[in-house]
Amino acid sequence: MRKDFIYIVENFLSRYKLIAWAVVCAGMLAVPLFGFSPFIMRMFIMIGIFAILALGLNLLTGYCGQVSLGHAGFFAIGAYTYALMKINLDAPFLLAMVVAMVISAGCGFLLGLPTLRLSGNYLTIVTLGFGEIVRMVIINWRSLTRGPLGIGGIPAPELFGTTFTLTNHGFYYAMLVMLALTGLTCYAIVNSRTGRAFKAIKQDPIAATMMGIRTTRFKVLAFVLSALIAGAAGAFYAPIIGFIDHNTFNFDISVLILTIVIVGGMGTMRGMFLGAIIIIAFPEVARFLMTYRFVVYGLLLIVMMRFRPQGLLGWKSRLPYNIPKAAKKQLEAGA
Amino acid sequence: MSEHYLQVNTITKQFSGLVAVDAVSFHVDKGEIVSIIGPNGAGKTTVFNMLTGVYQVDTGEIIFEGKPIHNLQPQDIVEAGLSRTFQNIRLFGDMRVIENVLVGTHIKTKYGFFDSLFRTPRFRREEAELTLKAVEILRSIGLDSYIHNYAESMPYGAQRKLEIARAIATDAKILLLDEPAAGMNPQETEELMDFIRSLRDKGYTILLIEHDMRLVMNISDRIYVIDHGKRIAHGLPSEIQGDQRVIEAYLGGAKTNAED
Repeated sequence: MRKDFIYIVENFLSRYKLIAWAVVCAGMLAVPLFGFSPFIMRMFIMIGIFAILALGLNLLTGYCGQVSLGHAGFFAIGAYTYALMKINLDAPFLLAMVVAMVISAGCGFLLGLPTLRLSGNYLTIVTLGFGEIVRMVIINWRSLTRGPLGIGGIPAPELFGTTFTLTNHGFYYAMLVMLALTGLTCYAIVNSRTGRAFKAIKQDPIAATMMGIRTTRFKVLAFVLSALIAGAAGAFYAPIIGFIDHNTFNFDISVLILTIVIVGGMGTMRGMFLGAIIIIAFPEVARFLMTYRFVVYGLLLIVMMRFRPQGLLGWKSRLPYNIPKAAKKQLEAGA
Repeated sequence: MSEHYLQVNTITKQFSGLVAVDAVSFHVDKGEIVSIIGPNGAGKTTVFNMLTGVYQVDTGEIIFEGKPIHNLQPQDIVEAGLSRTFQNIRLFGDMRVIENVLVGTHIKTKYGFFDSLFRTPRFRREEAELTLKAVEILRSIGLDSYIHNYAESMPYGAQRKLEIARAIATDAKILLLDEPAAGMNPQETEELMDFIRSLRDKGYTILLIEHDMRLVMNISDRIYVIDHGKRIAHGLPSEIQGDQRVIEAYLGGAKTNAED
């Protein structure tokens, strides 16, 4: 019964794909018109940022099967790079962003190298260590990061002479653009030779090797891409919260990102959006529960994992495989 | 020594004291179907693992098309033209049937990462070509009705076939089939036999490990028999059937039993 329901929804959405996308896009673009309070707008932006982080981690964990518990590290590297570029060098927004992404991706490359020798849980522990190392470096490299004092007054991003703020909705629209770019990038990667290699590695590394896939290379690539996206998210996050220190990017954040991926549905892109909405909005929406809210939060996660371990939107699509148009034409002509 | 398509010279593999494969030599000529048989634990799969680079060769050499391929990375061996299937099915179960075959085309895909990122014409053209190729392979093996299914949802026999389809998609010159008929019913085995023959007719060379004697005796051009890591017999199916050492290895000879 429930599977049929999913099938009907999928069929409906694929038939009216353009309309569905138009509605979603129009809805998201129109959000600022409703005059939500800055608090709510900020929450929307946070949801967007964590959706971006989840999309990035999903490439690594959901598709390539390498669980990372150190993603806050890349997030932090992006945020610190942006903040320091802005404050110390007065760099333009896009430059600071690109540098943040490059440095973060470089660290992703380094963290990916142990995949030569490690896999599974062992690798996960290495990523956990990485997250802590980044925090320790932030605390102790005082000349650069100001140590435990943190960095405040991070300048807002600007583009074409306009400064983005919460009130002129610059942050919100910039978030939408980033989210769209990340989504499209992930979609393009997943639906290509690279994405197939990722999925093959996740399911059976030995069989993947025997199909000629250079598994180490692709695992490292997944780390790099994932770190790059997290770095971009960090660079965007820094000016929005305005103040960052080592505790902004602690282990909880790594777990939070991974939770979004799991709750939404590993190895699906749709799940990342819903996961981010639920995980980020819940603590705010459930404020009336007062001190019990994190108890309820934890319970909900347990219940969900019991009844829907594949994640809320983690079903396998039952639509036909998306055959490239050119090939479809020829197949129909042949048949 | 005359030039054979695939020449295996006295390869040995030792696992801390246990000699799994002991100086085994054999060769395969182009367009042949060659079988390796032997009782359980004889070392057949170890031979396959050395051929495909899963294990390093302790001593000996493997020459394919005149070039040594032993101790290369498995990926390089696939690129050279050897592709295998697995005794215990190793499909990508959560992926579609056609995706499994497309993974097989991985090494022959030429577009780069940025082509896929920006959906360049090159990417589109090549993806379309690969898809057509994958559909064509699935058709030839009789799996075209499953194209959109997930691999794990297919019946057992079809999964075995898909493994072969995936190996073919790498543009392999030699297919190494590790017990392709395992778990198949007689009718499925019959179909498989026809299919393997049709592969040979298309120009593939096939090296087979198999337990199903009917299949082996029916389709093999030549047979090698391995027992306790050693090659004990070699010949035409009719010769192997009457070979005393082979019968002993499988059924246990009266003499050896007395010695035990």
